[in-house]
Amino acid sequence: MSLLLIVLLPFIGALFPALMIRVGRNASAAAAFFATSLAFVLLMSHAPALFRGEVLQAGWEWLPGLGLNVNFLLDGLGFFFAALILGIGLLIIVYARYYLSKDDPVGVFYTYLLLFQGAMVGIVVSDNVLLLLIFWELTSLSSFLLIGYWKHLPEGRQGARMALAVTGAGGLAMIAGMLLIGDIAGSYDLSVILQRAESIQASPQYLPALVLILIGCFTKSAQFPFHFWLPHAMAAPTPVSAYLHSATMVKAGLFLMARMWPVLSGTEAWFYIVATTGLVTMTIGAFIALFKDDLKGLLAYSTVSHLGLVTMLFGFGTPMAATAAVFHVLNHATFKAALFMSAGIVDHEAGTRDVRRLGGLMHLMPVTATLAMVAGASMAGLPLLNGFLSKEMMLHEAASTAWLGQGWVLGTAATIAACFSVAYSFRFIAHVFMGPIRKDYPHHPHDPPLGMWIPPAVLVVLVVLIGLFPDTLAGPLVAMVARAVTGGQVLDYHLAQWHGFTPALGMSVVAIVVGTLLIRSYPRVRALWTAGPHPEAKRIFDGLITGAVDIAQRLTHGVHNGSMQRYLAVMLSAMLLLGYFVFASSPNAPGTRALMPASAVAVVGWVLLMGACLALVLMHQQRLLALVVVGVIGLIVSIGFVYLSAPDLALTQISVEVVTVILMLLALNFLPKRSPRESSTVRRLRDAGLAIAAGLGVGGAAWAVMTRDAETLSGYYLEQSVAGGGGSNVVNVILVDFRGFDTFGEIIVLGIAALTIFALLDGLMVSAAGRRLQSWRPDQARAADRHPMMLAVATRAMLPLALMVGIYIFLRGHNVPGGGFIAGLVVAVALIVQYMASGFGWAAHRMKVDYHALIGAGVLVAAATGLGALVAGFPFLTSTVWHLDLPLLGELHIASAMFFDTGVFLVVVGATMLALANLSRLGRHAEHLLVNREPMDVDPSRPSFAAGEH
Amino acid sequence: MIDHALDFGLAAVSLALLLNLWSLFRGPTTMDRVLAVDTMVINVIALIVLFGIREGSMLYFEAALLFAMFGFVSTVAYCRFVLRGNIIE
Repeated sequence: MSLLLIVLLPFIGALFPALMIRVGRNASAAAAFFATSLAFVLLMSHAPALFRGEVLQAGWEWLPGLGLNVNFLLDGLGFFFAALILGIGLLIIVYARYYLSKDDPVGVFYTYLLLFQGAMVGIVVSDNVLLLLIFWELTSLSSFLLIGYWKHLPEGRQGARMALAVTGAGGLAMIAGMLLIGDIAGSYDLSVILQRAESIQASPQYLPALVLILIGCFTKSAQFPFHFWLPHAMAAPTPVSAYLHSATMVKAGLFLMARMWPVLSGTEAWFYIVATTGLVTMTIGAFIALFKDDLKGLLAYSTVSHLGLVTMLFGFGTPMAATAAVFHVLNHATFKAALFMSAGIVDHEAGTRDVRRLGGLMHLMPVTATLAMVAGASMAGLPLLNGFLSKEMMLHEAASTAWLGQGWVLGTAATIAACFSVAYSFRFIAHVFMGPIRKDYPHHPHDPPLGMWIPPAVLVVLVVLIGLFPDTLAGPLVAMVARAVTGGQVLDYHLAQWHGFTPALGMSVVAIVVGTLLIRSYPRVRALWTAGPHPEAKRIFDGLITGAVDIAQRLTHGVHNGSMQRYLAVMLSAMLLLGYFVFASSPNAPGTRALMPASAVAVVGWVLLMGACLALVLMHQQRLLALVVVGVIGLIVSIGFVYLSAPDLALTQISVEVVTVILMLLALNFLPKRSPRESSTVRRLRDAGLAIAAGLGVGGAAWAVMTRDAETLSGYYLEQSVAGGGGSNVVNVILVDFRGFDTFGEIIVLGIAALTIFALLDGLMVSAAGRRLQSWRPDQARAADRHPMMLAVATRAMLPLALMVGIYIFLRGHNVPGGGFIAGLVVAVALIVQYMASGFGWAAHRMKVDYHALIGAGVLVAAATGLGALVAGFPFLTSTVWHLDLPLLGELHIASAMFFDTGVFLVVVGATMLALANLSRLGRHAEHLLVNREPMDVDPSRPSFAAGEH
Repeated sequence: MIDHALDFGLAAVSLALLLNLWSLFRGPTTMDRVLAVDTMVINVIALIVLFGIREGSMLYFEAALLFAMFGFVSTVAYCRFVLRGNIIE
């Protein structure tokens, strides 16, 4: 439970900053801090057990059929990463409070940050790879929000998009890889997968799985050639950069390599892919970092380089290298977060982060300068600091590992990378903080408030302390994590500054000397760099994206260019093709069932349907006539339902037909009354052929199904209807009980559709289309008779009758044809008729019902019915039946499904009325007619009429 | 006797429906066609009632009731459209 809580606390906490911002920025930050520290304390409470070597597990089944379980596992590795994520998270929360300005939406920031934090913690404590993938995708999404936090900056938006595209694509590859691994291991639980190293490495699917998973890791951890998104993500606010690029996001890839290390590592493929990628990334990153003028750009490439370093160490596949990797993850997180925060302080106080415009800041902001210089020295790998320790270990491992049989390759390359690393670190120190004070800073630099420099100070203290007392402070932790990574191997080593005169020491000295020389002659080195080629990753990426979009668009527009004919032709051809293949590849003898005799009346109905279809084809260019003929088709279909014993369907069809005609006529008012002839004769022949073939195909399929005896579902429903649903009308019981959850979803969709119609039309009134509508002139003559007396009187008399029928159909619905849906349509039509007879203004004035509220109320009533079952201890929407014996009325049968049906009824009435009323608003908007006060044009009972002055 | 009456009724109504279809094709004006459909609805009501009597079932009468109540609504909507363009003013 406690494990689940550690993961959930950031997510729960994410709700509060956005709410607390109403109280103030401090309250918002405090809420975020509180949630994170709770999770942190909870995590720390498990530390003693973990140091004793225990592993904590907790799990719940989620979708056991898919192998997706909510299983958590906290071992040394997970603990280490979770502690980094939450610990540095706390510092970032404090730092961000002072970094973000008054204009930035702070509440949203903390909410994004906590969402991201929760997703990260989820990754590191997941015991199920599918669950891990879910959290993995969540980090991609939440980091997208964080990187694009400054929405007004195009760089921020583009950087966020690039990060999402690259890490999202990697995530897709990783899903495939994880599925392969789970398939080989027979389980998606990590604890099981980790036991199956041998069978996984022996499987032919090992290589594809390895490559796919590594693509996921490399994109996330910005390994060459996917490294380019990281520098562009620097457009984010500095707290985000400090968090994402020191301790969390980019470390997720490293974490996964460490997590899967016992299973995947140790093969040649692993070594050559991972170690080589790491080596190239480390060298290129360090090289480019030397020439970045933007402080954060410099740190970004430095991060790329250090991530490469750790990747390379994991790639070596030896337990000692993995230990060094773990130690460097810790050291890099401390000094890099401190450096990012210092860079943010410089940017904040001096007004620029361009190295060329800075210098001499040591005298103006001594505290910041001290912090940044100590952390920078650690990044360079100078002795006495923690960066030195892990870099020594790395150089030692590189020097003692052979690559393609050559012992010198890795050592030399690592030394070269170390030289650049020293050089860019020194540049960061020398060109920003040393030198004379300048006159031309954009702001007047000074040290920031306490809250802004305390977080980096905490980290710098760690940098120094771990550097001085590595074995005491970091030893047990590193040993525990290394044990978890390597699967329990105990190694003989100790962390120390001095190991004697080793090759690694020599390489360090070379690196420091060469790095210093590089910086002393920086202008010349820079000139050499400027002369060389500079492939611009962003342009290549943009080109790729544009190309992909182009292809996708050409494909889409080729199939679906907005022409209904084209769209239908493609769809029908595909259906015909598929149908033909199935038909040709399976037995297709005629069915054996005896045919029923066709009565003369049925034949007449058939002739009517065919005649109406023919009429539609002939008259389709006159749109009003086409609508009239469609009405005939609906009519025949309705009696077809009656004839084939489906009275519920018939009732629904009849009411739907009426509403459809009204809806179409409302729209047709603004459309041309004739469709022009647009297709060539050849096209029309093609379309006719397709239509006939598809029609024959569907008819044939229906024929084939109906002439065969098959077990159908209806038997079950017929048996269970009264027993399980308490009603004898099977159709209604299916709607409100058996498939009640579907109906619940459907009424929500219906409500949403109606609200969308409202929103679209409401927006239309004020848009350019609204102005066009204002100048619209009717294209047909208007009769003077707006509201004929006969219609008004007839509909008024009909209203109570129609409502009565509606209630009657509703009440009987559970046992005989009827129900909420049909009743809703009936009532809606009865009300619409009043609008038609006396005009919208007059009728709306007398029916003050808010249709929006009606839809909402309907959904709520249905939900409340369903929840009622839940309260009583049954699954959602289980129905019950009460039998009451009332005086006068006799026995009364009440099903809880009736309340659910009430919800359906309300939504149907609300949605129909809302859609029709809003469509009719368009017409009123366009024609500028006065709203009539009287229900009809001519009213003999009106006094003014008697006086002859109407 | 009732069987013969039902047979006759069904035959008559079916014939009427076919004539309605003919009228729908012939027109010539839009209003002629709308009237053809309106008449068709009336005949369908008769058809459903006769069918219900023959089957000895009450289940179909609600369909006839709905047609009787709302069949004319579509006709009114078509007429309003022809007269005024906008059917809900």
